[in-house]
Amino acid sequence: MMDPFDRRLLEAIQQGLPITPRPYAAIAERLGIQEAELIERLAVLRRQGLIKRLGVIVRHRPLGYTANAMIVLDVPDRLVAQIGGHVSRFGFVTLCYRRPRHGEQWPYNLYCMIHGKSRGRVLQQFQQLSDSCGLRQFPGEVLFSRRCFKQRGALYRSCHGGDRALPI
Amino acid sequence: MLNELQKRLLNDYQRDFPLSSQPYRDIAAELGVAEAEVLTALQYLIDQGYISRVGPVIAPNRVGSSALVAMRVPPERLQQVAEWISRFPEVNHNYEREHHYNLWFVLIASDRQHLQAVLDEIEKQTAVPAMQLPMLTDYGIDLGFELDWNDGSV
Repeated sequence: MMDPFDRRLLEAIQQGLPITPRPYAAIAERLGIQEAELIERLAVLRRQGLIKRLGVIVRHRPLGYTANAMIVLDVPDRLVAQIGGHVSRFGFVTLCYRRPRHGEQWPYNLYCMIHGKSRGRVLQQFQQLSDSCGLRQFPGEVLFSRRCFKQRGALYRSCHGGDRALPI
Repeated sequence: MLNELQKRLLNDYQRDFPLSSQPYRDIAAELGVAEAEVLTALQYLIDQGYISRVGPVIAPNRVGSSALVAMRVPPERLQQVAEWISRFPEVNHNYEREHHYNLWFVLIASDRQHLQAVLDEIEKQTAVPAMQLPMLTDYGIDLGFELDWNDGSV
């Protein structure tokens, strides 16, 4: 389980840094710690991978990336780590996760996302991915998004109440 | 239409954001502009909805509990069910997809029990089974998203 201090720190920063000259000082003040202490701890969390990255979080749709495909594949368990590692190295793949199968109705265990400016471009990229990673041998489906009902930086309700942003 | 500074901020600062006392000044120095220009440009990008924030991407399931959920909703009920589900603060990324599993959303809660309680409520109220697909392994290293400006659509 995560250190309670780190948890407080992530809760304080996950809504985003203020766009003011000393953003870390502003957050440190809220936490009642020194600016240098906050910066140092964030560097540790980033090194440890708990913070996967720190920076500008872009929103795809307003930037014209309206074609959003979730690709699901049924990859034998003994191969999934290797294939997943290979797939995730392509710059246009935004996520690559293993998830549990659900019997015959949903036999897929490997998921990746491609965001593109057109459906045609996304399918082209998927073809490139399939050729490079040998994906054609695996059963799979491409699910394009249609309507977006809700989209925001993920929120979770902390034990102390209140909403917190948590990117996924 | 975005200017060069806005494009560089979008593209080049998705990761390795400076961990220094005055990060925007450091970025300004790298880009050869004034700090005030960087602050203005970032605020503009946020106000226009091109970026959601400047902040961390936290590794999934390290804080709280999350799962992707898929449902097979009768098409004539989809809009109503989707809008009802969207009202939960624990729900985000709620999308219709082209499939008989036509509704896909991510649930995020403080812990596993809370997540299950929300799912139970959703299943009970909609009478549609919810397929839980929590992440087991993340193969990505998340270098951010490579933006392509060539077709000039933004």
